[in-house]
Amino acid sequence: MRPFALTGGRTRPSRADFTLITTVTAVDPPPERAPRPQPEQARILRRCVRPLAVAELAALLDLPVSVVVIMLCDLLEAGLITARPPHPVSTRTTDLDLLQKVRDGLGRL
Amino acid sequence: MAGSETPAAPDTVKILIAGGFGVGKTTMVGSVSEIMPLRTEESLTVAGLGVDDLAGIEQKRATTVALDFGRITINDHLVLYLFGTPGQQRFWFMWNDLAVGALGAVVLFDVRRPDSSFAAVDFFERRGIPFVVGVNGFDGKHPYPAEDIRDALALPADVPVVLCDARDRESSKDVLIALLDLLIASAARS
Repeated sequence: MRPFALTGGRTRPSRADFTLITTVTAVDPPPERAPRPQPEQARILRRCVRPLAVAELAALLDLPVSVVVIMLCDLLEAGLITARPPHPVSTRTTDLDLLQKVRDGLGRL
Repeated sequence: MAGSETPAAPDTVKILIAGGFGVGKTTMVGSVSEIMPLRTEESLTVAGLGVDDLAGIEQKRATTVALDFGRITINDHLVLYLFGTPGQQRFWFMWNDLAVGALGAVVLFDVRRPDSSFAAVDFFERRGIPFVVGVNGFDGKHPYPAEDIRDALALPADVPVVLCDARDRESSKDVLIALLDLLIASAARS
């Protein structure tokens, strides 16, 4: 039951779930019935003990983004990771609160 | 998620740093990023260009596009990523995920190679993605005023042009803040 809860009820995640700045986090502890991760999958899980963006993960693993995304799909399906999509932004974002926060953050650098 | 002990993932946003080859994109990413710029790659399949098309069969070949990027933690719940688009090859714009969902872009401009940033300006104008132009002075020097650059790039009056030094953290910060001011002014009007 838990894996389905983690994937929002979907059993077949699509690659569209993962953009460059989607953050992925290993589920700790892993679900009891999760399949044993393959060595490459285990490398991913070790990297994302704390939340990590897909682009960072690909760079740290020295793998193309598309390859990492395919492995992330399997991990998501197995309930071993959670994925948080980026903040939704349209061509002209009107989210003043978000923009002001980013500006303030840059100002503090 | 209830019952999960996994640390909360932050909200994420991104800004693109574009411009021609060697104009200072990775330098700018590095000067403001809290991490050393990282590199990641994507393989794209592109239709062959300028190939004799005798049988009507589409020629395709794979090309690898590299991206350099950095990270700025805005607060505990919000992280900004800066992506330097690769300027040395023609296919970065096919990496659709790059432009989709970006808050906006910085187009870096090198007065010694004025042609090199036209493609990036054109790209963002066509897609309606807000951008500012950062004029990266060689050795931090600016022989031309911002208005001359605006004329050279045929920029609309509402596109800010900022003279900068991509090696300098404060200067690069100012360029990003100019972009955020543009976005905020635009959001406040709508």
